[in-house]
Amino acid sequence: MRKAVIAGIGSTAFGRHQDRSIQSLAIDAGCAALVESGVERSRIGALYLGNFTAGPLCGQEVLAGITADELGLGPIPATKVEGACASGGIAFRHAVMAVRAGLCDAAIALGVEKMAHASGADVTAALNCAMDNRSDGPSGLTFPGFYGLAWRKYAAAGRANRDDVSAVVIKNKAAGLKNPLAQMGADLDLETIAASAYIADPIQLYDCCPVSDGASAVVVTTPELARDAVAEPLDILATVQTSGAPRIAGHADMCSLVATVAASSQALEEAGLGVDDLSLAELHDCFSIAEILNSEDLGLVPRGEGAAWAAEGRTGSGGDRPINPSGGLLAKGHPVGATGLGQIYEATIQLRGTHSNQVRGARFALTHNLGGAGVACTVSILGRPDA
Amino acid sequence: MSDRQVPTIYPETQFYWDGAKEGKLLLQRCKKTGEVYYPPRPFCPGTGSRDIEIFEASGKGRLYSYVINQMPAPGYEPPFVVAVVMLEEGVKMLTNIVGCPPDPAALELDMPLELTFEMRGDVAVPQFKPAGDAT
Repeated sequence: MRKAVIAGIGSTAFGRHQDRSIQSLAIDAGCAALVESGVERSRIGALYLGNFTAGPLCGQEVLAGITADELGLGPIPATKVEGACASGGIAFRHAVMAVRAGLCDAAIALGVEKMAHASGADVTAALNCAMDNRSDGPSGLTFPGFYGLAWRKYAAAGRANRDDVSAVVIKNKAAGLKNPLAQMGADLDLETIAASAYIADPIQLYDCCPVSDGASAVVVTTPELARDAVAEPLDILATVQTSGAPRIAGHADMCSLVATVAASSQALEEAGLGVDDLSLAELHDCFSIAEILNSEDLGLVPRGEGAAWAAEGRTGSGGDRPINPSGGLLAKGHPVGATGLGQIYEATIQLRGTHSNQVRGARFALTHNLGGAGVACTVSILGRPDA
Repeated sequence: MSDRQVPTIYPETQFYWDGAKEGKLLLQRCKKTGEVYYPPRPFCPGTGSRDIEIFEASGKGRLYSYVINQMPAPGYEPPFVVAVVMLEEGVKMLTNIVGCPPDPAALELDMPLELTFEMRGDVAVPQFKPAGDAT
């Protein structure tokens, strides 16, 4: 297969965009990525758009076609992909596959979501569509509850107390203060986190990512077509998509999601790298405990030591295993369908060496995007061309 | 109570809800491998075989994990307990714990539980309560 590179990226800030339409958010991000890529619009052969809740929350579908039309891409195939919170990562992978397979010479992946205008009840109902509602709907479970169930098991195994998990919150909220695209940032202490309201005990308020609006986009192309890019193109070394049990009780071990384990090992093999080669990871910390469990599933941290590594500062931007220097979903925000492409955006800036919370000497970056109760997952690995 | 989500009954799950109305928790087992599975479906998820049998579970289980939900859900007044129960037959089930204070002091992992039912309209929804509890 052909080599594919990232030629350009674009993103809105993540947060509340009350005065913007969902269409305009997507088009903003897409325009920025196209301009940065230096690729003529006529060369873009496919558009993939990740989105999850525009139907119920915005009353809008066919966003892929609307975006392609407004970006002036001509009558190309424009496809919405959906994998709950992993929709953006799936859109990226499809763009990469299209270029690698030679179906087109350049493709654009976009992710967009607009949720912050909706009521809490409407947002919860929309997000609960990511469960298998035949079995899980009637229990009153929500996604904080899913991660609370996992945390209870993890804690019962003696692997983390409240303050260990709070280390993730403190790290990511502090990183948010440094990220101009982040929805929030805060200088928090253990007492403040422990005193915050319970959402689904053991999950408390500061353990949860915010509800967000935003859009991110990436132009994927061949090294030849990327020669006019504003910034040096980055190599796409791997992009893997997996699936797993859609039901909470369907996981053999609720502290480990097979979709993430499989995606990570396949991606590292495809890239020909080991975890020690990775300079940083942007992973799916929709809840504080999720960062800990994901870091173990990805193999970044030994099994059972995720909380301890976070508490020891080893996963900070200056640590030996930097995780979520962007602030992650906890601080940067989680506009569901945009999140996976926001992670690619953040990793790209890190590898360019121009991030506001820069990991020194970053060469290889991993991104991890997870949907539903572990039902969909993508892992991608990017690298500097000189790495 | 009546605002809580009422499960949708499909032809392939009719037997399960009919059983619940009679106070039974019905599970299914693959006749080829003996694998017990839940939720109900007309084929074994392990083999794809439709050569399956329906049997009544003991109604006993243990608390695998739980959360105390403090946010409202349709029909539920917080706090309420959402739990995963490991059934004696070896399959896990997402459900609620009732007949017990929503307090970590009253909820110990691995504690024995027994089946009970909550009526939602004319549908009986399986739930669990502490074993030996008279409520």
